[in-house]
Amino acid sequence: MMVLSLVPRQGVSRVREIVTPLVAFVVALVIAALVLLAMGKSLKTAADVYVVEPLTTAWSLQEVILKATPLTLIAIGLIFAVRANRWNIGAEGQYVVGGMFGGWVAIAAHGMEGVWILPAMLIAGMAGGLVYGLIPAALRNRFGISEILSSLMLVYVAELALDYLVRGPWRDRTAFNFPKSVNFDAAATLGPLWEGGKLHGGVLLALLAVLGAVVLLGRSRFGFAVSATGEAPRAANFAGFNDHRLTLAVFAISGALAGLAGIIEVSANMGQLQPSISQGYGFTAIIVAFLGRLNPVGALVSALVLAILLIGSETAQIMLKLPFDMTRAFMGLLLLCILAGEALTRYKVRWNA
Amino acid sequence: MLKYLLGAAAAVALSVAPAAAQQKLKVGFIYVGPVGDFGWSYQHDQGRIAIEKALGAQVETSYIENVPEADSARSIEQLARTGHKLIFTTSFGYMEPTLAVAKKYPDVKFEHATGFKRDKNVATYSAKFHEGRYIIGQIAGKMTKSNTIGYVGAFPIPEVVAGINAFFLGAKSVNPNVKIKIVWANTWFDPGKEGDAAKALLDQGADVITQHTDSPAPLQQAAARGKFAFGQASDMSKFAPNNILTSIIDNWSPYYIERTKAVLEGKWASQDSFEGLAKGEVKMGPYVNMPPEVKAMAEATEKAIASGALNPFKCPIVNQDGKEVECKDALTDAQVTSMNFYVQGIDDKLPK
Repeated sequence: MMVLSLVPRQGVSRVREIVTPLVAFVVALVIAALVLLAMGKSLKTAADVYVVEPLTTAWSLQEVILKATPLTLIAIGLIFAVRANRWNIGAEGQYVVGGMFGGWVAIAAHGMEGVWILPAMLIAGMAGGLVYGLIPAALRNRFGISEILSSLMLVYVAELALDYLVRGPWRDRTAFNFPKSVNFDAAATLGPLWEGGKLHGGVLLALLAVLGAVVLLGRSRFGFAVSATGEAPRAANFAGFNDHRLTLAVFAISGALAGLAGIIEVSANMGQLQPSISQGYGFTAIIVAFLGRLNPVGALVSALVLAILLIGSETAQIMLKLPFDMTRAFMGLLLLCILAGEALTRYKVRWNA
Repeated sequence: MLKYLLGAAAAVALSVAPAAAQQKLKVGFIYVGPVGDFGWSYQHDQGRIAIEKALGAQVETSYIENVPEADSARSIEQLARTGHKLIFTTSFGYMEPTLAVAKKYPDVKFEHATGFKRDKNVATYSAKFHEGRYIIGQIAGKMTKSNTIGYVGAFPIPEVVAGINAFFLGAKSVNPNVKIKIVWANTWFDPGKEGDAAKALLDQGADVITQHTDSPAPLQQAAARGKFAFGQASDMSKFAPNNILTSIIDNWSPYYIERTKAVLEGKWASQDSFEGLAKGEVKMGPYVNMPPEVKAMAEATEKAIASGALNPFKCPIVNQDGKEVECKDALTDAQVTSMNFYVQGIDDKLPK
């Protein structure tokens, strides 16, 4: 019987690594174009919707950057964890707790003025995410519980806690029984950086996080400890790196960044707490981190690509009258092509008799 | 391959051709679920199609489906900036984003479903679904043998609470021993959760299920156990032909056509619309799988409500504390749309 198998390649050339994603991109485009033609849609409009418009009009460009902001922040944190071979699947929960803690500051300060409110919200959001991220780390250190499971399950705990708060104690009493908090004051809203613009300070924080991660992972002792622990835990141990402390550290970092993303979204985008404050950013960021090959700059790029696809899929529904599911299928198609390309650069396909 | 390339070239050439008839009014819709939910979003989409049918070449419509409420401002703005002059946002959670976008686009008219905040260019609309719920309450009261009816609710907001009260008052009017059990699914559309909620109610002895969530799942769960249930938002007969009793049908078409015409004629103004069986915004599906006398009763009630002879919330309305609610003839529309209490006899506590 013939069996298809993947054989690792000896040494992957640099050129190949760069060309592969581009080829994958082109393959995905060709397949998508054929599907669109079969549906009788205009390719010119499709190109407008997915490429020209998001990259050329100021409105779309800003929306793309805004959408990429939480994804980048969370993905940067996840890179620390994954590089250390710690699996934080619960960034979504840390994001929610960040929004919750920061939102609590905004609700408590309702009716007050002051420049301290916004920084306090951001710090509270980071602290919330950080503490919530430490729970799975501590459970792993103390009891050897898989952080994959505990961090994932804590997502639901966080979501239900927020749900309870906005239906109960934090509900806006003037809004009948509708589950939402009061609208945040201007002092608690992350406003645009310039008059008439859309980009807010959160964008700068995300860029700062990328820079910080590049420095920390690339040129610090801590960054070395993270990689060493991930790639050769025993060697790292002999080198004197404390495994437990490192687990706490990477979870603290990824929790804090996810929490920061949460409060930024709540303050800048929603202006109130609601039962649901995420569109699965914490999970999408896992894809972002891996598409970016666990490299901070790579994560930034892949967050932007995903944001273009997400926004393009909305425009496609309007301009191309494409159904939602088809736009999602296109996203899946691109991811699949990139991952397949990735696999084919590292492995050869062999037929074994 | 050559064929595809030629096709591509042709497609490009076609789309470059100047778009004629620029005068068309573009009407946009934002849906919270997929148009294929066969419930809430499906019915709004039927309304959109009705606009196209009725007004033909004068209009062009588009929609964005599955728009999460917490991230809807951008989607609404997408419609506004692509030349849509009338935009329907069809879920309660779009309230604040709709108002925010409307401020930026003063020449665009917005219509927000089920909300309570308006502006110069933001109107609100809803329908008296509680009228239909009173009728199905009566049917359930007659059909139940265990005297226990299961109710799958979405969220404890006034619209749903008013529905529960109307349903219970209807059931009680024909069966004084009837009890109602309520499970909150905490979602508008999630067939898995909705189905689980219905299963829990059936396990507790309910033999008629009703729902205020959008998928046919609770109806199908009831059918799987050989129990009765009702369709929500659209005629759901095809999902359980032998176990459905009737459906409450949301019929947005008349309202959507009327408002689109108003924009075309330059007569649009912000308002709050709350209509029901009388104007056809709420319709009942066929009454099936029930004895003729129950069917006759349901039809008589439907007629009475449509003609105004019967108001489901006629005085006196007594709340759970045994106190009479302030009332003259019947509760006002404002009292119904802000309803925040259960009526006496509902053996449950309203989550607050």
